[in-house]
Amino acid sequence: MADARPRPPAGRDTPGPGGVTDARETAAGDAMRIARVVTGFARALRAAGVAADHHRTGNFLAALGHLDAADGRNVYWAGRLTLCAGPGDLPGYDRCFAAYFSGGLPPQRRARGTTVTVTRPVAVPYGAGEREGTGEPGAPPATASDIEVLRHRDVARMSEAERREVHRLLALLRGARQPRRSRRHRPSPHGGAADPRRTIREILRHGGEPARLRRRVREDRPRRVVMLVDVSGSMAAYAGTLLRFAHALVRAEPRATEVFSAGTRLTRITAALRRRDPGLAMDECFAAIPDWSGGTRLGEELRALLRLPDPRGAIVVIASDGWERGPADLLGAQMARLSRLARRVVWVNPHKGDPAYRPLTAGIRAALPYVTDFVAGHSLAAYEELAALLAGDRPVRAARKGGAGA
Amino acid sequence: MLRRTTTISDIDAPARLAELLDHHDYLADEGVTTAAYLALKMGRPLFLEGEAGVGKTELAKTLAAILGAPLIRLQCHEGLDAAQAMYDWDFPRQLLHLKAAEAAGAADVAALEGEIYDRRFLVARPLLRALETQPSVLLVDEIDRADDEFEAFLLEVLSDFTISVPEIGTIRAVTPPVVVLTSNRTREVHDALKRRCLYHWLEHPGFDREVAILRRRLPGCAERLAADVARAAGRMRAAGLLKPPGIAETLDWAEALLTLGAAELDPVLAAATLGAVLKHREDQEAVRAQRLLTPDGGRG
Repeated sequence: MADARPRPPAGRDTPGPGGVTDARETAAGDAMRIARVVTGFARALRAAGVAADHHRTGNFLAALGHLDAADGRNVYWAGRLTLCAGPGDLPGYDRCFAAYFSGGLPPQRRARGTTVTVTRPVAVPYGAGEREGTGEPGAPPATASDIEVLRHRDVARMSEAERREVHRLLALLRGARQPRRSRRHRPSPHGGAADPRRTIREILRHGGEPARLRRRVREDRPRRVVMLVDVSGSMAAYAGTLLRFAHALVRAEPRATEVFSAGTRLTRITAALRRRDPGLAMDECFAAIPDWSGGTRLGEELRALLRLPDPRGAIVVIASDGWERGPADLLGAQMARLSRLARRVVWVNPHKGDPAYRPLTAGIRAALPYVTDFVAGHSLAAYEELAALLAGDRPVRAARKGGAGA
Repeated sequence: MLRRTTTISDIDAPARLAELLDHHDYLADEGVTTAAYLALKMGRPLFLEGEAGVGKTELAKTLAAILGAPLIRLQCHEGLDAAQAMYDWDFPRQLLHLKAAEAAGAADVAALEGEIYDRRFLVARPLLRALETQPSVLLVDEIDRADDEFEAFLLEVLSDFTISVPEIGTIRAVTPPVVVLTSNRTREVHDALKRRCLYHWLEHPGFDREVAILRRRLPGCAERLAADVARAAGRMRAAGLLKPPGIAETLDWAEALLTLGAAELDPVLAAATLGAVLKHREDQEAVRAQRLLTPDGGRG
């Protein structure tokens, strides 16, 4: 192990386009042909949603320079190693490779988590029938009192124009976040623990004479929020608005927010929500979510979430009506585990805005014992309250017992 | 012939590397071999992702053994900073030096200052050590546990294999180290960093490979026991547990069974040694409930 003989520097090929030059020297025509094939392949990959940018294409060419490019398997691996950026890229890559080069492909990877579409009766939001009567598709309310009225109205019962106005107000929502102590230190002029490194530096600067004691404090960071938005059929009336709310959260703290859509499978949509423009972000979300208006298997999805171990120390927000398709005891077990890992579990149920609502579905009954805050999510006022909760403005609300029956 | 130190230029084809990995008891599939081969030849960091226990760290160790190079490991955690990862000044020694110079009556302030910030007072942390050691294998373990700030300066180091120390100047690696980064994917690592690297997603080994690994690592392990353990592990991975067993856990389990003198996976011994392979109570209960430990795997 201790053998540290210096090696001649020439023993290692330099990174960069060095690998391509060899090919170019042997046959310039060949190299051109390969480059054309490779860029064409990269373009096909980009169309399939794999992030094969120009930098990566260059890496692919360089990698081929080190391998026998006549062997299809070498081309497969060189491309997969340089052009893909995550396990999510692999199925798309495999498909594209098979289509583009047709043949010499390693055995098909088994698909992870197949989509199952479950049909079920869709719960009609209470009072949905009144929509024609109240909401004329006219100009959005403009005055302060109009907004005040709008603030407490149920999103599902609004006209298009009113909902647009609510979405506009949601985009202006203050996305402040409860701070947490991080492991990083920053210098502090007033008080805090002694900072040995900077103090000794100071002493050195003064030629070894004891100098002023320097101090440091732990830096505050925004606490992470992991939000799960149920996009199944029964949540259709609220999912769009909830995603707008999620967008406001991501925009406020892009590094401390993760958003997943939950239906029949868990989809990470944080990247889509990082778009500045709410409309564009929504378009990208709709494109990214494969199981829009399907069923819900929250238990399965929480299990997938917990496998990521993402929720450690975070505030987990689950926006769902708890119409669970999967077994309720699975949901309960996963919620129990989640409540042990997460800092706080907030359950947002749009139907809780209805005074007549009782948490009776099996899913919500299984989940409630492990929920820190059980809040409504039907109106602008409810979303503002939720934002205040995440900002740490409000102490924990006594909601744990909310009729859980356990 | 295989025992002498191998240099990167000796490894002239992926097949040759596969042979060397095999010789060091790392049974790699085609993907891993090609990934490691390209990382060596292109001088690119190798970014390995996959579930815990699929052999990410082990690959770095094996590459170090093949090249006869020291393995320099940097375990990431939140708050990891430059002083812990790159370099730090040895303040006590600097002070001592200052006092000694004073006692000897040194008067030249400028010269003294130059002496204090000399390379010998610089403590090399893993990244600097890797640049200064040739050859070396640098393992940046569990990069997903570090925070964005650390990613940013790691990117700087891995881009051109230099570290600049304001008081001294730029320290450059004559030969870049072989770099392996691992991630358990608890969060998405920044794309700028990934783009510098070769990316490989590691899967759990298939049945045949797992049996081969068990038999290779545990010489006393009979074919029958290895096959039983690998089959049970495969069923556990398919059962959707909280923490499906990795190859490290299967090895532990087989070793535990061997220690108890088992020749095959009998349900009583399996239940007694379950703690070696499953570390969550819920998982152990699930496996018992689904009767995955019986020889027919709960089908009968």
